[in-house]
Amino acid sequence: MASHDAHAHGHHDEHHHHEEHFISKYIFSHDHKMIGKQFLMTAVFMGLVAMVLSTLFRIQLAWPGESSDFLSFFLGEKWAPNGVLKEDMYLGLVTIHGTIMVFFLLTGGLSGTFSNILIPLQLGARDMASGFLNMLSFWFFALSSLLMLVSLFVESGPAMAGWTVYPPLSALPQAVSGSGFGMTLWLVSMAIFIAGSLLGSLNYIVTIVNLRTKGMTMMRMPLTIWAFFVTAILGVLSFPVLLSAALLLIMDRLMGTSFYLSDIIVGGEMLTNHGGSPILYQHLFWFLGHPEVYIVLLPALGLSSEIIATNSRKPIFGYKAMIGSILAIGFLSFIVWGHHMFITGMNPFLGSVFVFTTLLIAIPSAVKVFNYLTTLWKGSLVLTPAMLFAISLVSTFITGGVTGIILADSALDIMLHDTYFVVAHFHIVMGMSAVFGMFAGVYHWFPKMFGRMLNTRLGYAHFWVTLVGSYGVFFPMHFVGLAGAPRRYYDYSAYSEFDNNSFELMVDLNQIITTFAIIAAIGQAIFLFNFFYSIFRGPKAPQNPWSSTTLEWTTPVEHIHGNWPGELPTVHRWPYDYSKPGTASDFITQVTPLEEGEEAH
Amino acid sequence: MENKLIILLVIVLGAIAVAQLVRIYEISAKLRKNQEHEISSRDNNLNGRLMFGFMLFMFGSFIYLMKAYGWTGRGSAASIEGEEMDWLLNLNFVIIIAIFFFTNFLLFYFTWKYVKKPGVPALYYPHNNKLEMLWTVVPAIVLAVIIILGLQTWSHLTGPTKPEAEKIELFSKQFDWTARYAGADNTLGLYDYKLTLDNNELALLTSNTIDSSINNMLNGATGIRSLQKLLNNRDTVFSDSTFNVLRTDLSRKERLYRFLNQMKQNHNKSLDASAWDDIIQKDTLYLCKGQEYEIALRAKDVIHSAYFPHFRAQMNAVPGMATRLKFTPNKTTAEMRAEKNDDNFNYILMCNKICGGAHYKMKMVVVVLDRPAYKKWMAAKKKATFKDQYFPAATTTSAAPADTTAVPTMN
Repeated sequence: MASHDAHAHGHHDEHHHHEEHFISKYIFSHDHKMIGKQFLMTAVFMGLVAMVLSTLFRIQLAWPGESSDFLSFFLGEKWAPNGVLKEDMYLGLVTIHGTIMVFFLLTGGLSGTFSNILIPLQLGARDMASGFLNMLSFWFFALSSLLMLVSLFVESGPAMAGWTVYPPLSALPQAVSGSGFGMTLWLVSMAIFIAGSLLGSLNYIVTIVNLRTKGMTMMRMPLTIWAFFVTAILGVLSFPVLLSAALLLIMDRLMGTSFYLSDIIVGGEMLTNHGGSPILYQHLFWFLGHPEVYIVLLPALGLSSEIIATNSRKPIFGYKAMIGSILAIGFLSFIVWGHHMFITGMNPFLGSVFVFTTLLIAIPSAVKVFNYLTTLWKGSLVLTPAMLFAISLVSTFITGGVTGIILADSALDIMLHDTYFVVAHFHIVMGMSAVFGMFAGVYHWFPKMFGRMLNTRLGYAHFWVTLVGSYGVFFPMHFVGLAGAPRRYYDYSAYSEFDNNSFELMVDLNQIITTFAIIAAIGQAIFLFNFFYSIFRGPKAPQNPWSSTTLEWTTPVEHIHGNWPGELPTVHRWPYDYSKPGTASDFITQVTPLEEGEEAH
Repeated sequence: MENKLIILLVIVLGAIAVAQLVRIYEISAKLRKNQEHEISSRDNNLNGRLMFGFMLFMFGSFIYLMKAYGWTGRGSAASIEGEEMDWLLNLNFVIIIAIFFFTNFLLFYFTWKYVKKPGVPALYYPHNNKLEMLWTVVPAIVLAVIIILGLQTWSHLTGPTKPEAEKIELFSKQFDWTARYAGADNTLGLYDYKLTLDNNELALLTSNTIDSSINNMLNGATGIRSLQKLLNNRDTVFSDSTFNVLRTDLSRKERLYRFLNQMKQNHNKSLDASAWDDIIQKDTLYLCKGQEYEIALRAKDVIHSAYFPHFRAQMNAVPGMATRLKFTPNKTTAEMRAEKNDDNFNYILMCNKICGGAHYKMKMVVVVLDRPAYKKWMAAKKKATFKDQYFPAATTTSAAPADTTAVPTMN
């Protein structure tokens, strides 16, 4: 009877749905599901651009100075005369690759997509607290993405000071051509990005705090929501600091202030700026920069917690410990930024404080890893592509995490700082983990997003190419770094003049790395094809394809405004009742009332 | 152009090929009534085995790389501090490699072992406080060891040098390094960036360099007088923007001129001596085996980083800020060549902070000599001090040791 009622109501809502205009439905939509998809589409595109950029500079690194049609095809005569990449453009590619990957793919894309889609659906809310601000958040993101892309086509080139854009290099157009108009665009783009990100984060926090459905206590929220919650808080507290860093830099560039500049002679010109400190910028930048790592990582860990529990058919092990470790990581992430600055001239005693706090983060991280392992232990694993990506995320989280112990140790950081060892470390722990988390999320929630299924076979193919390819890229990179190769070098051939052993190591490994990079990049075509093909032609999704307990699988497959026809669901139990002894099915949804005599978790 | 067409063609044909394959797969899936969300046990088992196989492949490649490049591929350290760091690094490596193998093994082993088997349910096992305590406390203990050892080494590495340490300054600019030895008094002369001139590239502070800077600021080719003359010339008409640029330039130079005059008034002449005997050295940095070095770092334009991979030393050079590093080379270049079996080997100083287009070329060869050879080299160098090279006519006001209590105002 109840279901019949709900059905009737659903019809009514659908009717309402049809009257929407194309513009209000697909472009200026207030609906969180559509906004989530908009974030995802933008992020997929930006990620693709950043990946192509990395392929371009990897070609230069593996075969320095050799003419490449691929390079001249993408960069033309100006930036790759005769198919050889220009030095300046190499730095430009590195900078924009880093910026897009960190901010546009893994912050905007990952958190934007899944927070939007999952927060209301997993909490039992009709929509975000403010649909309008949510829409603004996306359009700020889209505008900033556009500006960042435009900066690639500026005559003097895009920003070239590395993704951290340290002044004075980023403040002085005389120092590098990219610090001209390209840098201005970079800063404006980031300022807009931050505004959008703040709107989004505030919305997520308010929604989580206020719009949980009846029975959905904080301790009954899926770990995804906990991760998004802490991520949003980190964003709200740290992004404004990056905005201030960027604004001060804009003033130094355009208004003659000296926040970051002191005693400089550049291009034969003696500047009168005095008293500023480039280190100030680094403090401000990393005060965001380090929480940023967890802004990227926590959503991925949250998604994988959900996926691993569902596909192990087991409750996540240590639900409270998982929440505790998310909170601990979130808190600690604010007092560790100095570990990026051990050798900048910062007071060594301050450095030792940061060593201590940084290494503390290893404890909640270890708890998370062991809890994942115990969740898998004696499970009944269903290896969907999403599950494979989630398991691989745990692997990269370990592999990249342990090298963090080395880099957090200031005494060891001295020799490894700014070498390829660092590049390998953060690409594995942050890049690969977050990208794997994002892929896992896309494979797992695609049916919810688009009402259709992705092709599983192509999913497997994509997973294997990505796993082997990306480990193949970043694992050997540790050795390049240990041999002493500095990052952001256009060419390592000079090593042949003074250290032949290292030179041979670098040449060999760089070619291997680039080969894997190209394979992994081509492998993404499988994903793109699968993704876009399945949106239109994939088989229709069933109601609850992965037999999951959470609320989003109780909404109708066809998207409707307000998510649930009729009343909002009431939650009666925690989200991880998988394979509970004494029950017939191996999962019990959160809306199922407790049976008589049954104990809640 | 043809190649571009071929690249495009390959992309388009590739996409079409995949599309066709998927259609065939879909039709066959429909015939077999497969559903995408139902993972067959064949797929499940295959992927479980592949995951375990991948782990073996990853471990194997890691061991292969360690064997091929000699443990971590770094070669041995060439300084006393470097050896201490290497010891610590190796200890940390043993710990993290053990964790890496152990946890990755469990992860992939479980993935393979606990793949879904028909009729075998999963174990409902939501928590166990003892276990959770175990893996909170054990990492905490291991980390405590790592932190204590690390901080001990850190305080050795950043602590003060002994009084007999030799002082050298490394001056960095786009895109080269210049070394300055402290000379006979082992005291580096003071500097001020406003004194930079062609004959005083390192902006050393002496009465004579202040005078020549003031003179140049006033009478130089683009000095204040010539700018004033240009701007006051009624026969020339400037565009607004050129006029503004020249005005700004003039007011900037007037400000600098004022600063230079203040500097002149406050300057303590007895400090000149410490700069006059400094030795400026380009191209190659010579060091002495067994000698401790206190190295001051300076940057002219943007941030650079002095990175000595073989001595395991690194520190940023920051405009407007004084930074330092120290190390004690303990193998001569000749000894290291013999060890590496490479006659062309040299120690190197590289820039390791992105500083512009030619960042990757910014380097300086470092040669470590034994003490007799170093003494001989230094004796020759002492005949070509800063004064000898650029201001041979300058009168040294006092040969007495510099009065270190008088602090000159830097601007």
